[in-house]
Amino acid sequence: MAQANRTDSGGRIDRTQPLTFTYNGKSFSGYQGDTLASALLANGIDIIGRSFKYSRPRGIVAAGADEPNAIMQVGATEATQIPNIRATQQALYDGLVCSAVAGWPGVKFDLMSYVGKVGGKMMPPGFYYKTFMGPVGMWPTYEKYIRKAAGLGKAAKEIDVDEYDHINRHCDVLIVGAGPTGLAAARAAAATGARVILADEQEEFGGSLLSSQRTINDSAAADWVNSVVAELAERDNVVLLPRATVNGYHDHNFLTIHERLADHLGDRAPEQDGVQMKRQRMHKVRASWVILATGAQERPLVFANNDIPGVMVASAVTTYVRRYGVVPGQSLVVGTANDDGYDAAIAWHEAGRKVAAIVDSRAAADGDRVKQAEALGINVIFGSVVCEAIGSTRVKGAKIGGVSDDGKVLVGPQQQIKCDTIATSGGWSPAVHLSCHTGSRPVWNGEIFGFVPGDSHEHRLVAGGVRGHYELRDCLIEGQNAAHKVAQTLGFEVATPSPVYHVDTQTSSAPMELYIAPHAQPLSRAPKQFVDYQNDVTAAGIELATREGFESIEHVKRYTAMGFGTDQGKLGNINGMAIAAQVLGKSIPEVGTTIFRPNYTPITFGAIAGRHCRDLFDPERYTAMHSWHVQQGALFEDVGQWKRPWYYPKDGESMQDSLNRECLAVRNSVGILDASTLGKIDIQGKDAREFLGRVYSNAWAKLAVGKCRYGLMCGEDGMVFDDGVTSCLADNHFLMTTTSGGAARVMEWLELYHQTEWPELEVFMTSVTDHWATMTISGPNCRKLLAQLTDDIDLDKDAFKFMDWRQGKVDGIPARVFRISFTGELSYEINVPANYGLQVWQRLMEVGAQYDITPYGTETMHVLRAEKGFIIAGQDTDGSVTPQDLGMSWAVSMKKPFSFIGKRGMNRSDPLRDNRKQLVGIKPKDPKAVLVEGAAAVNSRQYKVPAEILGHITSSYYSAVMGHSIALGMIKNGFNRMGETVYYPQTDGSVIEAEICSPVFYDPEGGRQNV
Amino acid sequence: MLHIYCPHCCEFREEEEFHAKGQAHIKRPLEPDNCSDEEWANYMFFRKNTKGQHKELWYHAAGCGKFFNVSRNTVTYKIEQSYLLGAEPQPVLDMAKPESGATKPALAVTK
Repeated sequence: MAQANRTDSGGRIDRTQPLTFTYNGKSFSGYQGDTLASALLANGIDIIGRSFKYSRPRGIVAAGADEPNAIMQVGATEATQIPNIRATQQALYDGLVCSAVAGWPGVKFDLMSYVGKVGGKMMPPGFYYKTFMGPVGMWPTYEKYIRKAAGLGKAAKEIDVDEYDHINRHCDVLIVGAGPTGLAAARAAAATGARVILADEQEEFGGSLLSSQRTINDSAAADWVNSVVAELAERDNVVLLPRATVNGYHDHNFLTIHERLADHLGDRAPEQDGVQMKRQRMHKVRASWVILATGAQERPLVFANNDIPGVMVASAVTTYVRRYGVVPGQSLVVGTANDDGYDAAIAWHEAGRKVAAIVDSRAAADGDRVKQAEALGINVIFGSVVCEAIGSTRVKGAKIGGVSDDGKVLVGPQQQIKCDTIATSGGWSPAVHLSCHTGSRPVWNGEIFGFVPGDSHEHRLVAGGVRGHYELRDCLIEGQNAAHKVAQTLGFEVATPSPVYHVDTQTSSAPMELYIAPHAQPLSRAPKQFVDYQNDVTAAGIELATREGFESIEHVKRYTAMGFGTDQGKLGNINGMAIAAQVLGKSIPEVGTTIFRPNYTPITFGAIAGRHCRDLFDPERYTAMHSWHVQQGALFEDVGQWKRPWYYPKDGESMQDSLNRECLAVRNSVGILDASTLGKIDIQGKDAREFLGRVYSNAWAKLAVGKCRYGLMCGEDGMVFDDGVTSCLADNHFLMTTTSGGAARVMEWLELYHQTEWPELEVFMTSVTDHWATMTISGPNCRKLLAQLTDDIDLDKDAFKFMDWRQGKVDGIPARVFRISFTGELSYEINVPANYGLQVWQRLMEVGAQYDITPYGTETMHVLRAEKGFIIAGQDTDGSVTPQDLGMSWAVSMKKPFSFIGKRGMNRSDPLRDNRKQLVGIKPKDPKAVLVEGAAAVNSRQYKVPAEILGHITSSYYSAVMGHSIALGMIKNGFNRMGETVYYPQTDGSVIEAEICSPVFYDPEGGRQNV
Repeated sequence: MLHIYCPHCCEFREEEEFHAKGQAHIKRPLEPDNCSDEEWANYMFFRKNTKGQHKELWYHAAGCGKFFNVSRNTVTYKIEQSYLLGAEPQPVLDMAKPESGATKPALAVTK
């Protein structure tokens, strides 16, 4: 029968707009205005999942963010799959496709339930810790089954077809929650002219008022909501965000809001005015003030078998009946410790279905709703509790027992009442979650039996239900007062007199403090009394945890996994703490509470990523010649954010073939490298030279104009962190180069010392990395090549020496040409303004054709420099290596008058000790064996674990020009071990034998770069 | 995310524009070569692990490129003030609790 539980009238759904949806492969109908949960209940779906550990059938228990069971996989296509959607927070749309995530192979027949039935004894708290201990190799297998059993849903296997957005916002006041408190606050704040953002997680504003029969200023509550929302929508100083969960409250009033723009409209975001809507949007709000009007969430009572489908939270029943026109059963028993539980019974009765009994733990009560229920002829049983639910896949009855005044023990005879639904209310827990995010701890309030927000150092106020003030008029006034306080603080004028609120009177009798209904049997013997449905944490489990010594509530939480689910224990945590307190013989404030962290509810990766995905994930930096490299089929390597050509494969070549070809071209004729990515810092000022002397380890005092020098940069600890060539452009003007990846770090380092230590030095640093395109031509023919493209630079080997630079024109373009070499060959680094880079590069290729000029990438550059024993800072160094360890004492001037950065560090006892690891050449005895970078060296082929590690390989390649493999590596006392043999065990068990040698493999005299 | 006042830009900016550089007011010894190993170690490695008000060095990396100091409470993360290098933080009047409706964050900038 279609929608058997739907009422003929009433509620906020639109019965003229029927919608069809698919749940677990079957088609159902609902109405516009339904949530997925209300539609499922309307169709009489009892079981919507299986529990995590015991695989017990579970039904919908709540109506909002606190729902622990109704976790859905939503999505009609592979690309639109979203796991872990709470059915209570998903608006129904036509064509919605969903399935229950928990339950394997299916929710109705579930293999795991046999594990559950064999008994909880098999799966006590700490089960996973105690069971899945080892071996480590089995962990992936365990995980596979745990995940399958636990029902965590599945991620989409295809790329999301929808787009997500981020938006930054600023406001005077952000109001979180649009129930009576939030609406009154927004209204009051807006009237002062303050910039207001009002955000609420539900489909529409109004909160509890949407299922209330109260009146405000003589209007029905829902009508009042409509008028206020209309009034706010008119104002241009107000941003209204429904379907927007404030998920995180971060430092300095920075809040993140997850807005679901199109989740209620269809499987994928539809078009609006011809434009594809974004599916979700993350608002990043910096608010001067925040008013938390987050209200409270109802606490269920804990009793035996309280997880049988049909057991619900009382206020959820009220909401389903009054807001959605759904009565989720035929016959209701309400178990309550306060007047609010009566609402469920009254709503149920008014919907024309049977209320079997209201079971009130209090000895007596005379609030208006109690009287109303009695007047309606509902059977009210005082001084009693529902101590056990009867049934298996649906409630069949409730076991009722008399209870002592303190609620601790059953007294008198028990009876059984037939029903299919049990609704309970143990009181309310203020939704303090956001108030905790920046470190404030909630405080126990013994009057309302709940934690309320503690003091905060943030600019925030709390108002209404979240403070434990539940009376409607109090909420309205508090909201208004909070808004006025904020407005006045910020200097906005508050008009007098303030709007007056009057509401219909409703007296309530005092609630009773009750969390768990006693049972005839002790906790450990009674049927399971669930505290946290999602993680199957029971009262007995909490008791066991305390018995095993976990007395801190933080330990109890972790040991039992209470509150660890995607619902973060919204429903059960306070009950769990109360039960822990009870078994420990302490009060709740003594036991304390765990606190909450962001996010309040789960958030999609789409919303977190926003547009920062695919091409926009991270900026990519291209050189001026990038398009040419792409055309030539270069493969690219990421160096920082730069895309650098890695190598240029030709048809049919393996990578090694390409490298051999590129390397030999440089050694035998001429190669060309795009070196534009090298960091370039222009340094000027009368103290520039002095400054260089302080930040580099070597001497700069005598570097003449037109000369270049290699420098090592160390930290104060004496360890190398960057290197590069710096050229003297004019007496007070230098150009420093840095490693490609280290440019920003070096710039910051220079500024740090200039600004903090030596502000008296007149020196100015400017990054000019992007201003110049740099192309290195290298190889014996490069002089001939360059000569054809310049007529104003004298390239004679004595006029333009190694480590000189000259200014002139290359291909008619103003250029700086540096005769420096990272390959050991005759080389020129040609720098032209970046916009001319491609043109000059293409001319070099054209003219260089006669020498078979060969473009080479970073990999060939690495091989060529390793053949010469030149280091790469960050590859051959790791922050623990001094210049001396690198055999580069020649680049350290201990005689400079100023104690340069690193000097004192190098002279500490540790860098001076013997037996330090030193950079040496490593030559495998098998000329074809290329060592793995990172491979560890030991002293013997027959090493015993744990063996002494002598060092490791930092760079390793096959050298075409040498005809054998080469490597650089650190070896303890390596300088004194030349010619000795070391051994590199490989992951496959074999051992590579290698000889310690000079790191300069090729042209040890260095003649080739000086020709 | 912290909201940090840059005393050079004279504006509040988001934390992601800045780099935190650790404890402020660490002075490089004027004569490093005459420092004992212990003195040098103190300069290089030893830092306070303050619970409460802490003076820190920050760098406006994606902004003006200037260094400055911040006095920040490491428990509440509240920033009392930003101030220029070479200066000391100004004594700030006891900030009233937000609930009492106090004041914008302190902007005291010392030159």
